Amino acid sequence: MEKRVTFKGIWLPLLLVLPQMLVTAVFFFYPAGQAIWQSLFIPDPFGLSMRYVGLGNFEYLLSNPYYRASFVTTAVFSILVTVLSMGVALYLAVLADRLIKGSGVYRTLLIWPYAVAPAVAGVLWLFMFNTRVGVVTWYLGVLGYDWNHVLNGEEAMGLVVVASAWGRISYNFLFFLAGLQAIPRSVIEAAAIDGARFWTRFRTIVWPLLSPTTFFLLVVNIVYAFFETFGVIHTITSGGPQQATTILVYKVYADGFVGQDLGSSAAQSVILLLIVGALTVLQFKYIERRVHY
Amino acid sequence: MATVSLKGITKSFGKTEVIHGIDVDIRDGEFIVIVGPSGCGKSTLLRMVAGLETVTSGEVQIGGARVNDREPMDRDIAMVFQNYALYPHMSVYDNMAYGLKIAGTPKAEIAERVAEAATLLQLEDYLKRRPRELSGGQRQRVAMGRAIVRKPSVFLFDEPLSNLDAKLRVQMRLEIKQLQRRLGVTSLYVTHDQVEAMTLADRMIVMNAGRADQIGAPLEVYANPQTEFVAGFIGSPPMNFLPADMAHDAPPGAVKLGIRPEHLTLAQTGTAAKVIYTEALGAETLLHVDLANGTRATVRQDAIAPHPKEGETVHLAWDAGNRIFFDSEGQRC
Repeated sequence: MEKRVTFKGIWLPLLLVLPQMLVTAVFFFYPAGQAIWQSLFIPDPFGLSMRYVGLGNFEYLLSNPYYRASFVTTAVFSILVTVLSMGVALYLAVLADRLIKGSGVYRTLLIWPYAVAPAVAGVLWLFMFNTRVGVVTWYLGVLGYDWNHVLNGEEAMGLVVVASAWGRISYNFLFFLAGLQAIPRSVIEAAAIDGARFWTRFRTIVWPLLSPTTFFLLVVNIVYAFFETFGVIHTITSGGPQQATTILVYKVYADGFVGQDLGSSAAQSVILLLIVGALTVLQFKYIERRVHY
Repeated sequence: MATVSLKGITKSFGKTEVIHGIDVDIRDGEFIVIVGPSGCGKSTLLRMVAGLETVTSGEVQIGGARVNDREPMDRDIAMVFQNYALYPHMSVYDNMAYGLKIAGTPKAEIAERVAEAATLLQLEDYLKRRPRELSGGQRQRVAMGRAIVRKPSVFLFDEPLSNLDAKLRVQMRLEIKQLQRRLGVTSLYVTHDQVEAMTLADRMIVMNAGRADQIGAPLEVYANPQTEFVAGFIGSPPMNFLPADMAHDAPPGAVKLGIRPEHLTLAQTGTAAKVIYTEALGAETLLHVDLANGTRATVRQDAIAPHPKEGETVHLAWDAGNRIFFDSEGQRC
């Protein structure tokens, strides 16, 4: 049974929710409102005057090939990061689930990368792949491969994908491992007696029973790849070369703060806001279903 | 159909040996119940037969062939788990068909065999349901059905009834017995419930701390327990243990005298005892009495017999043919 507290007056409850409301107002409603407002104007670079253009910013954006290309870049980037981080995490979780000795150490070590901030992770990977002093670059050179993500867009994409996925593996690993361990051992044993070998068991029993976890992680990881990878991209490629790694959220920054086109930047923020909204609705719907399940 | 032989089976987890050598030959079609308190190693023993645990030493034979190194799927066995272990995302039909599908059985034959098992277990109306939409008894039947459809040569049951309520347990117990008779499949059944063991078993293995204390037909074990543990574990209420010196003709070395509650009778003279409390169970009445030396004993009486009140002093008598002596090691003497 739900416990409900009944207040006599209106002032105490208002006072109690006030901090939350203030935080939300200051950090969400105000900037979001500001963005929507600004997206309807074109200010001059010095911020001294603003000209009302209606939906002009949006019209311009949607007809702009660079912006549309950024959508494709974002899609490619998000899919690669999600698939890579979830795939590796699932593989490691399956191994860890079978581990009997030393699983504590293994798990602890695997969780560490999650504690590394995205920007720091970016710098870390940048060091390893630096075109002149990077360790990996040097070994690749020994093998006869000339690594240069500063010039090669595909290599740049590969690097930011790996750097973004790396920290994320820990998080996904934790969820996958918990999901695997929630599957009753006897169900797996029953399948083994029924004649299913490891791979068949995984395909017909484990994977379907893991699907709530997988779906949850899918949504969370897409949101991550969309919005929280800014630090990695900023430190490694700054969106280059030739916008090859400019995902939507980076373009908001690049157009607004580097390009000084605040109206367009604001309009892009509004579009992102809609995408976040849609993803959040999806996530909430899903989580609610899980609670009832 | 197959025989099962366990030859000197031991099991160690790390340095701790939990099963200390079990030897038993199970005939084709026999219903064997492994019974014992929690932690005695009975489930571990069953899991070694299933191939879910490795055998530390000794040999498991099914149908005369050594199967120690065979995977569970290659032992031609089926197992019913305590929590049923149904596949939650599959319908009842798919749960039962799973093993056959993996074996590559033709679809028509799968349908036929599942339908046959469903009829046998009265599950025809539930084939499209998911396990979570079924009651405990129905889930139990599905677990049985999954075992039956594969037509294995050995059934293994790991406490299959312990998650059911008392009434259903009695009903399912009968069903399992009938089913096993009908199919004639060699069965190993693990339980901690001595009533299940008594009613189901052709022969039972009474386990105590990793050893088989006694192997035999239920009534034989009941009448002639070989150890104090078996005597106390089989039978409800348990056997009374009195000091051996209460009998003048106790064999040398005997420290305890065991008498079943139904073998103690009230007499005019004999050992004096005070009635502490009585339990009227309908068909019978249990008298709990304290002897002069402080030993607590239970007397089982017909409910219709006039029984003394609590606090009264009674005299106990017993027939010399119904007593058993145990030495300080708990062995029969």
